[in-house]
Amino acid sequence: MVVISESLVESQVEDLSEEKTWGQVAWTMTRKYPLGAFGLLIVVVMIILAVFANILSPYDPEANAFEHMLTPPDLQFWLGTDQFGRDILTRIIYGARTALFVGFSCAIIGSVVGLILGVASAYFGGRIDLIFQRVMDVFMAFPLIIMALAVVSIFGTGTQNVIIAITIPFIPRCARVVRSSALAIREIPYVDAARALGFTHTRIIMRHMTPNVMAPFLIMLSAFVGQAILLEASLSYLGLGVQEPTPAWGLMLQGGAEEYAESAPWVAIWPGIAISLAVFGFNLFGDALRDALDPKLRQQ
Amino acid sequence: MRNVYSKLALSVAVGAGLVLSAIGGSGTALAKKSGGVLNFVVGSKIPSYDLHQETTFGVIHPIRPFYSLLIRVNPENPSSPTDFVCDLCEGAVPKGEDGFTKYTFKIRKGVKFHDGTPLTAHDIVATYKKIIFPPEGIPSARKAFFKMVDSVSASDDHTVTFKLKFPSGAFIPAVATPFNIVLSKKDLDKNGFNWHKKNINGSGAFTFVQHQPGSFVEGKKYAGYHHKGQPYLDGYKAIAAPKMAVRLQAIRGDRAAIEFRGFPPKARDDLVNALGDKITVQESDWNCVLMTTPNQKRKPFGDARVRKALSLAVDRWGGSKYLSQIAIVKTVGGVVFPKHPLAATEAELVKLTGYSKDINASRAEATKLLKAAGASGLKFDFSNRGVDQPYKVVGTWLVDQWKKVGLEAKQRVQPSGPFYATLRKSKDFDVSIDFNCQSVINPIADVTKFLGSAGNNYGSYEDQPLEDIYDRLLRAGTEDEQRKIMREYETRAISDQAHLGITLWWYKINPHRSYVKGWKIAPSHYLNQSLDNIWLDK
Repeated sequence: MVVISESLVESQVEDLSEEKTWGQVAWTMTRKYPLGAFGLLIVVVMIILAVFANILSPYDPEANAFEHMLTPPDLQFWLGTDQFGRDILTRIIYGARTALFVGFSCAIIGSVVGLILGVASAYFGGRIDLIFQRVMDVFMAFPLIIMALAVVSIFGTGTQNVIIAITIPFIPRCARVVRSSALAIREIPYVDAARALGFTHTRIIMRHMTPNVMAPFLIMLSAFVGQAILLEASLSYLGLGVQEPTPAWGLMLQGGAEEYAESAPWVAIWPGIAISLAVFGFNLFGDALRDALDPKLRQQ
Repeated sequence: MRNVYSKLALSVAVGAGLVLSAIGGSGTALAKKSGGVLNFVVGSKIPSYDLHQETTFGVIHPIRPFYSLLIRVNPENPSSPTDFVCDLCEGAVPKGEDGFTKYTFKIRKGVKFHDGTPLTAHDIVATYKKIIFPPEGIPSARKAFFKMVDSVSASDDHTVTFKLKFPSGAFIPAVATPFNIVLSKKDLDKNGFNWHKKNINGSGAFTFVQHQPGSFVEGKKYAGYHHKGQPYLDGYKAIAAPKMAVRLQAIRGDRAAIEFRGFPPKARDDLVNALGDKITVQESDWNCVLMTTPNQKRKPFGDARVRKALSLAVDRWGGSKYLSQIAIVKTVGGVVFPKHPLAATEAELVKLTGYSKDINASRAEATKLLKAAGASGLKFDFSNRGVDQPYKVVGTWLVDQWKKVGLEAKQRVQPSGPFYATLRKSKDFDVSIDFNCQSVINPIADVTKFLGSAGNNYGSYEDQPLEDIYDRLLRAGTEDEQRKIMREYETRAISDQAHLGITLWWYKINPHRSYVKGWKIAPSHYLNQSLDNIWLDK
């Protein structure tokens, strides 16, 4: 375990010593991980769409325009319109905002809380670790969607509650993975040295242990974004997530799939593609990140 | 061009369907055939079998065929709001004696419950006493319909007399309500008033076979049914299918022949496009309306100017044109079912707040009122029910309409249970969607919804002048007088005070397999569900 940690540090030092430009690093990474680069491209496009939605979108995403209801894709409405006459392209662009906001919020909050709890659990060990892990076992016994459904049924619907619903099941998953890395870190002598110097538990956890478990943390974080987007879409599809008229892909899919699958299939197809692409992008990127950060995989 | 042809073909098919329904629906042009089992789909659950306590079509559709009523809407003319005929009584529906304060019904002889017990006037009396004067702790959903009833008694085995405290045009429609199923006195005496929640013993056209919860209810022909020669069917199966897509596909795949509640226009079009003349479409105005209820306990909704602005922002006439293409709503109306003689005419409607055909002027007025009330740019919570048709569709439309006068409504959609808890118990909402769905068209009873004192009004307000107008309406003797007072009532309730905001009246669309004959659409999904006149042309 010690060897792995050292090799990680060595490789980082080696990389830095070469003083490559960002462009060179990007090109090297793209050649080394082409699928990851493609995933990153999708993520970057999504982020650009979300940030500049009001500039890029041709129409108001929420305003009804019944005179254009259920228009098939044409030059005016590239992806067609829905039953309220709203431009689907516009709603997909704005939907990226909802997806990324929910995805990143859930992933960041869930994994950061999981990181702290996981490291603390490993650091303290003993009875605290035992109790904490059994509580985590209870949470992890439920599939993600079931857990999220239970939370939504308690707190109600809406963006804020969807974030809570998705974040809660992420915490134990991240905590469990991080803890296993932190257990190894705990045994390294510098942690004992820090204790001997009289550092507080908080300082040891936050400054000396947490930075050393960043690799699994980042991998979990990237995987969580994709999962969160999918969960948000699932909850919205079930009518338990984001509510109309907010543009959200799952909600668009729900509105279109049940009533218009036959007569106006574009209402359901485009949001379905958007969800698939987003999840695909984050998963590819996450896999590449794992390959890059995991010394074993990198050596292979 | 292809699109034009497909639309033309669709129009022709729908038109043909409507014509066919008018001809074939009556079943008079064809010889009625006996036999066969009718499979139909039901999109709601069965909370209990006791229709006196329940309010949902989820019970009416599968359970009503096991029972009879004292009187019912004419199954040959169910769209009429005033055509009632005897079911368990004999002859014509009584007109009323002693200044319309006494109604005497002659009960049919030889009628038997499914367990073989003879049905007499005493069973009718026991049934109506349970409905009108239930013992403490026994719920009766329609007790308030019978406020005018003083007593109900049987002078012999075949004569029932209702005595009223005052004459009321609301009495006979209230008796014809399809939830008033006749129970056996013997069952009530022996097993108590809750026995019928889990047990069935009626005198209807079909006898109970089995109920597989969440799956289906099965009934078979009752040989001793009192309408001779009926029912035509050997039996029926009411299949539970909560998802609309499943119900639609069930009809398309001929796993079910009909769904009695109603489908949205797109579903009708899909079925007609796919099956052509194998599908018959029946359509009708629906005695059901969606409305908005501002919570007057919360600021600024106690201010009539804000409530009026909410109504003025809504383009009902424009909404009718477009929403009717995607939702089960269509007709612009006031407080009374649009086709009833007591309903407001279009000329009368456009004088009410929010009904003008000049939507720009209405919205300018709304903006002015909001400014005067200090509520410009108001943000509020809008509670809605998590049911697509028509709640979520109309809710999304309303949010857009309000936005046009600067109001920002945040829609909070909840499943039915939590939605009702919010509306009725916690009242934790600024504005909520609400509905007024009734069975028999009985405007004088139906409009109680707008009274602050009504049990089903959730606006949290008191309006004594409105209560006084209603009291006069209840006692009005002639239709002319009722109509005049109804306009007064309507103007105060939805225009001057804008206590509740009416959106659009529902529109019922029933596409069904063309081999289903004899069933005629009614203005309510609760009506004409005895199934005794249905036959299969197979």
